Amino acid sequence: MSEFTPIPAREPPASSVGVVGWLRTHLFSSWFNGALTVLILWSLLLIVPPSLQWLLGDASWSGGRSDDCKTDFVSPEDGETYRVDAPGACWTFTKVRFMQIMFGLYFAANPSEVWRPVLMFSLFGGLITPLLIPKFRWKWQLGMFTLLVFPFIAVALVHGEWLGLPVAETNEWGGFMLTFFLAAGGIVLALPIGVVMALGRRSELPIIRSLCVFYIELWRAAPLITILFMASNLLPLFFPSGVDFDKVVRALIAITMFQSAYTAEAIRGGLQAIPKGQDEAASALGMGYWRKTGFITLPQAMKISIPGIVNTFIELFKDTTLVGIIGLHDFLGSAQIAARSPEWKGYDFEAYVYVALIFFMCCFAMSKYSQHLERKLDTGHKER
Amino acid sequence: MVEKTKVSKMGGRQIPLHRDPKVRAVAFQAAAVLFFVWSLWTIGSNTVANMEQRGIVLGLSWLDKLAPFQVGFSPFLDNVLGENTYWRIFFIGVQNTIYVSVFGIIAATLLGFVIGVMRLSPNWLVAKIASAYVEIFRNIPLLLWFFFWYFIVFLPILPGVRESISFADAVFINKSGLYLPRPVTENIGAAVVFLLICTATIAGVVYLTRWAGKRQDRTGEQFPVLPTSLAILILVPIAGFYASDSPYSLEYAQLGAFQLSGGINLTTEFFVVWFALTTYTAAFIGENVRGGILAVSHGQTEAARSLGLHHGQNIKLVIIPQAMRVIIPPTISQYLNLTKNSTLAIAIAYEEIASIWMGISLNTTGQALIIIAMTVGVFWTLSFLTSALLNWYNKRVQLTER
Repeated sequence: MSEFTPIPAREPPASSVGVVGWLRTHLFSSWFNGALTVLILWSLLLIVPPSLQWLLGDASWSGGRSDDCKTDFVSPEDGETYRVDAPGACWTFTKVRFMQIMFGLYFAANPSEVWRPVLMFSLFGGLITPLLIPKFRWKWQLGMFTLLVFPFIAVALVHGEWLGLPVAETNEWGGFMLTFFLAAGGIVLALPIGVVMALGRRSELPIIRSLCVFYIELWRAAPLITILFMASNLLPLFFPSGVDFDKVVRALIAITMFQSAYTAEAIRGGLQAIPKGQDEAASALGMGYWRKTGFITLPQAMKISIPGIVNTFIELFKDTTLVGIIGLHDFLGSAQIAARSPEWKGYDFEAYVYVALIFFMCCFAMSKYSQHLERKLDTGHKER
Repeated sequence: MVEKTKVSKMGGRQIPLHRDPKVRAVAFQAAAVLFFVWSLWTIGSNTVANMEQRGIVLGLSWLDKLAPFQVGFSPFLDNVLGENTYWRIFFIGVQNTIYVSVFGIIAATLLGFVIGVMRLSPNWLVAKIASAYVEIFRNIPLLLWFFFWYFIVFLPILPGVRESISFADAVFINKSGLYLPRPVTENIGAAVVFLLICTATIAGVVYLTRWAGKRQDRTGEQFPVLPTSLAILILVPIAGFYASDSPYSLEYAQLGAFQLSGGINLTTEFFVVWFALTTYTAAFIGENVRGGILAVSHGQTEAARSLGLHHGQNIKLVIIPQAMRVIIPPTISQYLNLTKNSTLAIAIAYEEIASIWMGISLNTTGQALIIIAMTVGVFWTLSFLTSALLNWYNKRVQLTER
């Protein structure tokens, strides 16, 4: 008796696999989808090539004067030659004003000192990169170093007084560097307050709980602008006369208060996601509140709240642009000022595009990282 | 009982005071309260001393004084130079904040739904375009969008006053905004009758919809609700307008020497704030919508299909009602965010609470404490109302679930 052999399955029709199949299912599944696809492709064709042409192809990159972004134009009416804006973007502008847009007025005026913020950013990059490597061993120690020690190094380098370098006063700080200082300083200072407030909000003691709820909701309900106005107008009133903060410190205090409320909520989310059994098991082992919190619940909660904290940090990073309204020259503000200087008047579009691109890259990278973390940390512990 | 006494005797000593949970709770809370009161008291006394030193009188009487400036945009409240008290300026600010927020919320909801549904489209290109939209708008600061739309897009493309784009000499568009004819009335009685007719029409349509739904539940017969109510909504007010002796006439904007006057003016600043808030918030609402639709399990669709519901009915009767439960709470928080973000309008001088109250009024009076407290108070009220609404909604949804 011969063994049963099924006939080999026939190949699927050529129209349902490969490129053709993909096109059919994803772009032309019905007449409506087909029409939509054609319409979108057509409008992309109208928009994308001219934009790229403006952004890259026709753009001027070289030179150092605004005249390098202009081109000769012969008027058909009187036959005279005029200098008019070239059809492409003027990246000469951002190149010439790079120092101002990135590091603010002081370092733009003193190019010999620019190594300080550059070194600060390089150190930061050097500290952050190993933290992103999953198998790095000294993550915890390095993280603590970045949180606790690095801020002092950064301020010492940029301000210069502690190291005996020429002093860059904070009111001359600006550009991307200021945005970085406000956002990073805000999150570093807000973390401990956030932890305390999140624990307080979960506390069983009614007065502690209501004070923490009051604190969190106070800052969360108000828009950041009102808090910045508070800091710049009311803070001097709140302290004994003689105690005065400069503008940057005021903005940093406002941002810290604001951010601590959001951080507290992110950490509370993490605390809530820890199964109750963890807490009960720790109690059964005879641990008191502080040991339970410090060794069992908080470490686990901090780990799962990292994506949430990163998300609030992205919002904060974007929101730091608001300090421009109370008179600081942050990244966006510096670019705007540079584009309103007599020489580079009229290049604000380039300034906005440049700032937007850098913000987009930073925020997009951070949000992708936070999504990646969320997937990685999702070990099924969360209560659903 | 016996066990317990035994245990406490076995130790032979009382729990030390600093280990007693009750004592510790009281001590901690007392310390917290003391710290809180102490900080409030320090801040308060410093503030009073500092204000005395600067010669600022703490009080509310300045609110009744006349403000030396006029607000350019006020859709409802009267606003005349030299007659506005600071109270009125405050209320105009609140009004303008709410005005732009309401329009923003409506538009952002519609656009957000479109974006969210597009992200789930079977058409790959449509889904990618929608996700590009979301990423671009979410990852660039809102303030930059304000500047971009105002300085780069709308101010340059809109024509000057002399070159206003006009439609039938009734609607004008130029750099200072959109001008619409304003309905004005001289016959108040007839106008009231007309408004009553309109209200009654809307009530009638609502009743008709309910009646049709009940009848369908009872008998299974369907009633063409949409065409009927559309016809009623259009025809009855028109008939009512002429029946009540045409109470309204239109006041058109007139071209003066430098600007248009009369009519309703929606300023460019208003439009830009509305546009920027809408496009930005829609990206976030789109993500909520997408998440909500994905949260409805596929079994629901399969069950609906096996009951014989077609694709449209499945979406309308099965997916959307369940997705709404997931979509609405985060979307309400987005509405609050939109309202809070409308304070960014200070950057382009749309006259809402941050710009005319916390900005201009603070500069002219110097009453920083009260002005900022009132501003924060407005947002506290709004956020309290929002969370009350959320709690009410969550409770209602839970009831229907069981």
